[in-house]
Amino acid sequence: MKRTRLYVPHEIAGAKFVEFFGWEMPIEYYGIIQEHMAVRQHAGLFDVSHMGEIVISGNHALDFVQYLTPNNAGRLDANKAQYSALTTPQGTFVDDLLVYYLEENVYLLVVNAANTDKDFQWILSHKQDFDVDVQNQSEDYTQVALQGPEAQKILQPLTEIELEGMSSFAVERGSVVGVEAIVSRTGYTGEDGFEIYTLAPDPEKIWDAIMEEGKTSGLLPIGLGARDTLRLEATLMLYGNDIDENTTVLEAGLRWLIKFKKGDFLGREALIRQKKEGILRKIVGFELIGRGIARPHYPVVVDDEKIAEVRSGSFSPFLQKSIGLTYLPIEHTEIGTEFAIEIRGKQIKARVVSTPFYKKEETQ
Amino acid sequence: MYPDNYYFTKDHEWVKIDGDNAMVGITDFAQKQLGDVVYVELPQSGAQLEFHQSMGVIESVKAVSDIFSPISGEIIETNDELNDSPELVNEDPHDKGWIAKIKIKDETELEKLMSASEYEKFLEGLEE
Repeated sequence: MKRTRLYVPHEIAGAKFVEFFGWEMPIEYYGIIQEHMAVRQHAGLFDVSHMGEIVISGNHALDFVQYLTPNNAGRLDANKAQYSALTTPQGTFVDDLLVYYLEENVYLLVVNAANTDKDFQWILSHKQDFDVDVQNQSEDYTQVALQGPEAQKILQPLTEIELEGMSSFAVERGSVVGVEAIVSRTGYTGEDGFEIYTLAPDPEKIWDAIMEEGKTSGLLPIGLGARDTLRLEATLMLYGNDIDENTTVLEAGLRWLIKFKKGDFLGREALIRQKKEGILRKIVGFELIGRGIARPHYPVVVDDEKIAEVRSGSFSPFLQKSIGLTYLPIEHTEIGTEFAIEIRGKQIKARVVSTPFYKKEETQ
Repeated sequence: MYPDNYYFTKDHEWVKIDGDNAMVGITDFAQKQLGDVVYVELPQSGAQLEFHQSMGVIESVKAVSDIFSPISGEIIETNDELNDSPELVNEDPHDKGWIAKIKIKDETELEKLMSASEYEKFLEGLEE
């Protein structure tokens, strides 16, 4: 199994490790619920170095990125990143990702750990006549995420970057405790926070400094267990569960990702057609009304027929209930619609609810 | 750490004898492995179970685990407190986190179970 450069600090902190797509990663340190609530109430620090980083450079870098993704990368500059996707000609997902503009003609795609090799091959195979160079730099980058209402308070003393002025998806370059880094106001938890990327050989300096600075604020290290419960409450998609090569961007409720007017991109025709004809199914958030916990792959029952499977499902530590995501036929997607989930042979009542399940309080 | 008067199974359940009845739960080792327990599906009172038959489910945030009956017998009482407070299994696995009381059908089955010191040795073996 691969280990990130931060393995030793995790070991020292008492992490329980699991294998995650070839990586030995912390699943929890203090317990999933405690870690989850720390991020909601104070702050949490995640090692997300297993994510992939693919760099596209060259004269046609922007054109190529525009061709591969549905969002408009032409709006990016050195201080703005965007959520986007690699789409198939059918308008479905190869992956979801973040796009960063590093410099003119150089773009960084931050992709899911599970898909790094697949994405790299996909991008290479679509190069055609674009004058670009594509590099998989995943092994070189260390990435950590500091998330929670106290994230800015904890990070500011450690960097010369002015964090206060950074809006959502803003990007700055500078250093954290003297280690050169890219800092973006992005995250996967539904809280305020920052993702920090570095190519430096001593990234544990950043991890240790943040852990130390955050001690008095209730900062905890956070494993993959809480990462999943946090992102589900915030209704952020997980590739492989909620989105995949059989779900279109429109069915996944991500219409806002698509900028039809920006020009041609893989899947544009198919998505225009689907928009015109109307989608037949859509992803919805649900909560269980009866007792139990709905989990991925549990049958979804409408009018006594198994018509889908739970995509994501878990116990929500903040809401204290069983929540999840599933695709339902469009006529069954109204808020309040009741249906059933089969748990160990019994049908348990569930209902469609509005998402995100959790929204952070807006502060002045 | 493991009470001297309890019996133990390889599936990390404990048994405490009280006359004709046995009180049953999961061990401290098991609750640590599971992580935060968020839901318990208790067996039905009156259910007749065989040794090692599934008698319910304990769910942590990440996983669903079967509870296996460590002895044969009838479920005479279940710990309904676990419905509202599943975390008792984590907080006090050998006492307040008990799961069910079973009327012992066959006392000789107890001979299949481990003593506290045997269980502790068994755990050491797992760590190797």
